[in-house]
Amino acid sequence: MSMGFHLAWRNIWRNPRRTAVILTAVVIGVWSMVFLGALMRGIVQGMIQNGIKTLTGHVQIHPAGYLQDPSVNHRIQGIARIKSMVASELPVRSSLSCRVRVNAVASNARHNGGVTLVGIDPQDEAKVSFIGSSIVEGRYLKPDDGDAIVIGRALADRFETRLGRKLILMAQDTGGEIASRAFRIRGIFHAEMEATEKNFVFVTRSAAQKMLGMDDAVSEIAIVLPAHDQAAAVARRLQQRFAGQDLVVTTWRQALPLLTSYLELYDSFIMIWFVVVFVAMGFGIVNTTLMAVFERMREFGLLKALGMRPCRIVWGILTESFYILVCGMLLGDLLGLVSSWGFAIKGIDLSALAQGVEYAGMSRIIIPVVEARDLLNANLVVLVLGLLVSFYPAIRAARFTPVEAMRQT
Amino acid sequence: MTTIVACRNVNKTYQQGKVMVNALEDINLEVATGSFMALAGPSGSGKTTLLNIIGGLDLADSGDIRVNGQAYAELSSARMAELRLHKIGFVFQAYNLIPVLSAIENVEYVMLLQGVDSAQRRRKAMQILDEVGLDGKYDRRPTELSGGQQQRVAVARAIVSDPSIVLADEPTANLDSKTGESLLQLMLRMNRQRQVTFIFSTHDNMVMAYAQRLVILKDGRIADEQTKTV
Repeated sequence: MSMGFHLAWRNIWRNPRRTAVILTAVVIGVWSMVFLGALMRGIVQGMIQNGIKTLTGHVQIHPAGYLQDPSVNHRIQGIARIKSMVASELPVRSSLSCRVRVNAVASNARHNGGVTLVGIDPQDEAKVSFIGSSIVEGRYLKPDDGDAIVIGRALADRFETRLGRKLILMAQDTGGEIASRAFRIRGIFHAEMEATEKNFVFVTRSAAQKMLGMDDAVSEIAIVLPAHDQAAAVARRLQQRFAGQDLVVTTWRQALPLLTSYLELYDSFIMIWFVVVFVAMGFGIVNTTLMAVFERMREFGLLKALGMRPCRIVWGILTESFYILVCGMLLGDLLGLVSSWGFAIKGIDLSALAQGVEYAGMSRIIIPVVEARDLLNANLVVLVLGLLVSFYPAIRAARFTPVEAMRQT
Repeated sequence: MTTIVACRNVNKTYQQGKVMVNALEDINLEVATGSFMALAGPSGSGKTTLLNIIGGLDLADSGDIRVNGQAYAELSSARMAELRLHKIGFVFQAYNLIPVLSAIENVEYVMLLQGVDSAQRRRKAMQILDEVGLDGKYDRRPTELSGGQQQRVAVARAIVSDPSIVLADEPTANLDSKTGESLLQLMLRMNRQRQVTFIFSTHDNMVMAYAQRLVILKDGRIADEQTKTV
């Protein structure tokens, strides 16, 4: 059969200009599938990363009832023992952080408003969430900071306050009373989303526990794993380990249902995009293949006269299409990978569209991410649908009788 | 002598615009194995149509056609393709070689369709090209060969599969008289050495002169018939 392949390869170069045109269409189509697929995947990855970094982590452990009523009434006691049990179930290069997290009211001389008070172990938290690397003014918390507080840029602006000024926090303590305490602003952070800057204020865990009368108890344990897809398995192990205890283990997908829906939506978007690009490309393939078929109609007549079966004519034309598609796919993939990796070095900065971008929950910097499944899907769509649309001209060629075909000029 | 081609009451009508044209009318013809015969007649007399029908390239409207005792009416299009592949060779006026294949690949291609293995294909193709006087020109593409050489490749392609019949549609029409005569001598040699039946359609006097049997068609009917010894 090697001669058949040989013949098909030579046939596609009989009209180099036409082959170049269709090859260009396939290359551009595949490139756009790979590159825009990587861009969409990058947007999703950015959204996931944002979600996970914004205090969610890959896996969270809460006391039962906390998710319905996030107050000091629901807390995890005996944290040292639980922390070591959790740590023993985690893969290497995982990190965890124990937090106090309650709703509070912040106020200064001019303003007041609702915030989420987060009491953290500064060193552990830096490995788990965005806060450790987001200080734009002042400094990050130290483990022994008793009255230091770190607030977001947007909150500082809203409260018309700055570093060194005091901020009063009020929240319900374990005795059901309103506890309040003054903290001094030591650091201001910047986050991807303005809502994060307005909502969260950070103090040390010991300061929060002392203020709320929680002793050593915490509200949640957040875990970050080396890979997103390890979350379900780790959560399952922890659920088994804590069976019978009043602890609830959730993954980031459960904690961020909107983001999970986005993920599924983006998967569909990417496939729809692939098909839309293919439809445009498919017309080109059919048109060009038809032209090539009609140009060689006498030859198909000859082949049939020599005794070639119609199915072999179909096979020959499909082989030619296969070569063009595969060459186009290889070049398109290469171009898509090079451009994706090129943009991945610095990322695509959407700061100019920051408000719109934030509204959509996207990162300000998009780093294209090429996923093997997208690459595979794009190539499969082009190859399978490309061969399918080539059937039409191939069958046209095979259906002529030898005499009809050889009459063609 | 056995009969290799038998046509009984063959009719063929074409539609030309709104007019129906009788291309063949009640043709009765028997061709003996090993013949070297020509179908002659003016343009539009039906000789190419008859050749195409004998070769299974076109279908008759009515009548019975048998080649090697096989009735065409009983054959599906796939079986007809098989028959053409193994029993019938074709030589066309315009050579009809595959332009992207070299001379030897053009000859090999028929054997490829027959499923002959590559070593045997190559050996047989070289042998046949040597026989038709194209030794040393195996790798030339059709565009690198003269008209006469291309037609020799076409003859080589037609006989390489050891067919029972070779049907040649005006094989000398595009050749000068010297080249045409040398091609006819080649085909006559093949006919004698290999006992292959040759049927030509022609209005070339030289072909008619070489033919052992001449069937003259006029307006789709057999008008005359001559037999001679070459």
